[in-house]
Amino acid sequence: MRPLYLIPLALFLFFAGVAGYQLTQPKQTAIPSQMIEQALPAFQLPPALDGMPGTSRTDFVGGKPKLLNIWASWCVPCIAEAPHLERLKEQGVEIIGVAVRDRPEAVSAFLSRYGNPYTRIGADDISELMLEIGASGVPETYVIDGEGNIRYQHIGDIRAEHVDLLLEKLEEVG
Amino acid sequence: MMRLAVALLVLVAAPLAAQSGMPPAPYAYTQLEDPALEAEATALMYTLRCLKCQSQSIADSDAPMAGDMRHQVRSRLLAGESPDEIRDWLTLRYGDYVSYEPTVSSTTWPLFAIPLLLLALVGFVLLRRLGKRGTDEGKSA
Repeated sequence: MRPLYLIPLALFLFFAGVAGYQLTQPKQTAIPSQMIEQALPAFQLPPALDGMPGTSRTDFVGGKPKLLNIWASWCVPCIAEAPHLERLKEQGVEIIGVAVRDRPEAVSAFLSRYGNPYTRIGADDISELMLEIGASGVPETYVIDGEGNIRYQHIGDIRAEHVDLLLEKLEEVG
Repeated sequence: MMRLAVALLVLVAAPLAAQSGMPPAPYAYTQLEDPALEAEATALMYTLRCLKCQSQSIADSDAPMAGDMRHQVRSRLLAGESPDEIRDWLTLRYGDYVSYEPTVSSTTWPLFAIPLLLLALVGFVLLRRLGKRGTDEGKSA
């Protein structure tokens, strides 16, 4: 048999091997934002509840690096990350929140139950800010430096082990 | 009397508020007035990927975020942006991932080159075989 005839078999084995290998790898569903190291786009969000201000790009320009936390009262992982946001706040981090598709009464009920680590909370009723910064779900957290540039994206809820990492990133860009 | 009271209660009972329960974005489920522009929007929406339900286009998906993306597509078209500009706006934020439109790039060029190469190879082999058969008829295995 001529070795040329083995090429289709080799190709088949190669693709079967690649497919088999991929099956053993964990599924990657997070979509990283392409806006890292880019300027935070201009935006203007009204307050998400009475008694707290809304937010816009200008809140991030000048001053210390800040965290932009995208969350929602209907989001279950957001409950899990609440105590860790609280710890970041205790470390002196300013966290600006954006509540996605949320009602004022639901937002204030969530805050009174799980704590309020935010200095401002904007309401993003139609995912405008999410689409501007390349966010694809809640919760997501962004490190914004003092000049208003997006420097780091954390996808999913912040767990205990991420607190130091975020503090480090804030330090790095400060 | 008790029965009547229960019946009345059932009658006035409001369904439990649905999760989130926010009204969708204005253009999430509303078509544009101009049929030509709406046709452009639809064509574009079928080639944009839903970020929440990653195997559907935003035209197919009922996820709230897909509705918000449809709103962006329609309102941006209405504001005079071209479909390509809208696609680029999204690609800038989410990468090629968000677009179903095939593009030739540094990672995808083999997908376009390999079929052409294979066709060329087949043509070459075929020509050689047929050529051989023509010259030494009867000896072919």
